[in-house]
Amino acid sequence: MTHPFESTDSNPEQNAVAGVTAATATQNLGVSGHGHRKLTPEEAAAMEEKIRKVEIAISLVLRIGVSLSVLVIAVGLAIMFSHHSDYTSFTGSFSFKQLTSSTSQFPHSFSGLAHSVASGQGRGIVVIGVMILIATPILRVAVGVISFLYEHDVPMALVTLYVLIVLIGSFFLAGA
Amino acid sequence: MVSYSERWEAGADGPAPPAWRCAPGAATVTPLVFVLSLTLVAVAAGVLGSLIGLGGGVVIVPALTILYGVNIRLAIGASIVSVIATSSGAAAAYVREKMTNLRAGMFLEIATTTGAVSGAYLTTLLPSRFLFAFFGIVLGYSAFATFRKRHAAQPLTVSNDRIANYFNLHGSYFDVAENKEVSYKVVGTKLGLFLMYVAGLVSALLGIGSGALKVPAMDSAMHLPIKVSSATSNFMIGVTAAASAGVYFVRGQIDPIIAAPVAAGVLAGAMFGAKVLGRITSKTVRLVFVVVLVVISLEMLQKGIFP
Repeated sequence: MTHPFESTDSNPEQNAVAGVTAATATQNLGVSGHGHRKLTPEEAAAMEEKIRKVEIAISLVLRIGVSLSVLVIAVGLAIMFSHHSDYTSFTGSFSFKQLTSSTSQFPHSFSGLAHSVASGQGRGIVVIGVMILIATPILRVAVGVISFLYEHDVPMALVTLYVLIVLIGSFFLAGA
Repeated sequence: MVSYSERWEAGADGPAPPAWRCAPGAATVTPLVFVLSLTLVAVAAGVLGSLIGLGGGVVIVPALTILYGVNIRLAIGASIVSVIATSSGAAAAYVREKMTNLRAGMFLEIATTTGAVSGAYLTTLLPSRFLFAFFGIVLGYSAFATFRKRHAAQPLTVSNDRIANYFNLHGSYFDVAENKEVSYKVVGTKLGLFLMYVAGLVSALLGIGSGALKVPAMDSAMHLPIKVSSATSNFMIGVTAAASAGVYFVRGQIDPIIAAPVAAGVLAGAMFGAKVLGRITSKTVRLVFVVVLVVISLEMLQKGIFP
């Protein structure tokens, strides 16, 4: 019985074990396009070095974004708790429910957010931190466009650019 | 602009939040206790979410609604934050170990983001109950298909797929558990693109994580190794979630007191989970994924049949 999800491209001979060496693995690298020729060892090494640089760059962008976001959220939370002494006890009459109910106040527009931060509210600063976190995948796609251009891979750069445009467009469509 | 509370009272936001189910006289959960305990839950969510590529929402939503009695709308807002945190937290570790297939992930994002945006503006002709029941069955079948593949873990060495060859979506990664470089070829990109479009559409229509459909699409339809499917799904869910994060923010679903512990805890958990993924065997990843998928499938069937 054939599996409905399984592609017709696969047959038992093709399902051979793929225990390959690093040398053959580098041939999998490279760019989009018709008529792939095998790269010379020098070209393959240069390409691998380029891709490694791109991966390190993307990794760095993510680490900075994630660390910054956690830092801002922690600062915001600390300010929030320092402003309200009744939040910080382990026992007491003030329930967290009052902060997560339908009448709880927190910023939900860019103008409200700016006002909240300007008046030194901890919750506004927390939202800024969350915004930085939300921006990291978008930033990652943007870095992807640049890195595919750097690898001279125009088809993949166009693919990534399309995703970036849809992402940014979705924010405008949301009306934030 | 109508305020959040006004919109809620106007009944636009669904049922009122459930009453806090504490026995009278029991100790009140203060904001400090809430933040500390939710951080621990979030760490667990991040570990599990990054391991199987579904994001932290799988744990966060039930924990918030059942354990803390938080309204489902705020729980879904927190879920979006947790999905992005899982994605970005795990990504730094994954990319360095080449586990994520960035090319395939970015290529498939064409379909997912398009699906997510069209889903947000599509007034469905079918009631959401029907959709929940239908996708409950689809996910149940995916769980079965993923489980059945547990012995055939050999990646492909040849691909006749023109799209995959043109964009060179094939790849390789170093498997620490097997202690060897695993090279694989990608097939079935057309079916993969279709399933990714559906994943984006469904996540926008039903507010469920799109990873539950992404991992089976990559694993079964496109023959990516399960670890690569999980890591690539982790990359993709962050991008898909970011596409709808703006809507959730404007609707007032991102509550800072919930988002703060969720973001911090899930990030920490995801970084740990990403390191674990490299060391455990593919079979373990597959089995954990199947168990979670069965739970989600039953949850959706319940929403569809006994709402």
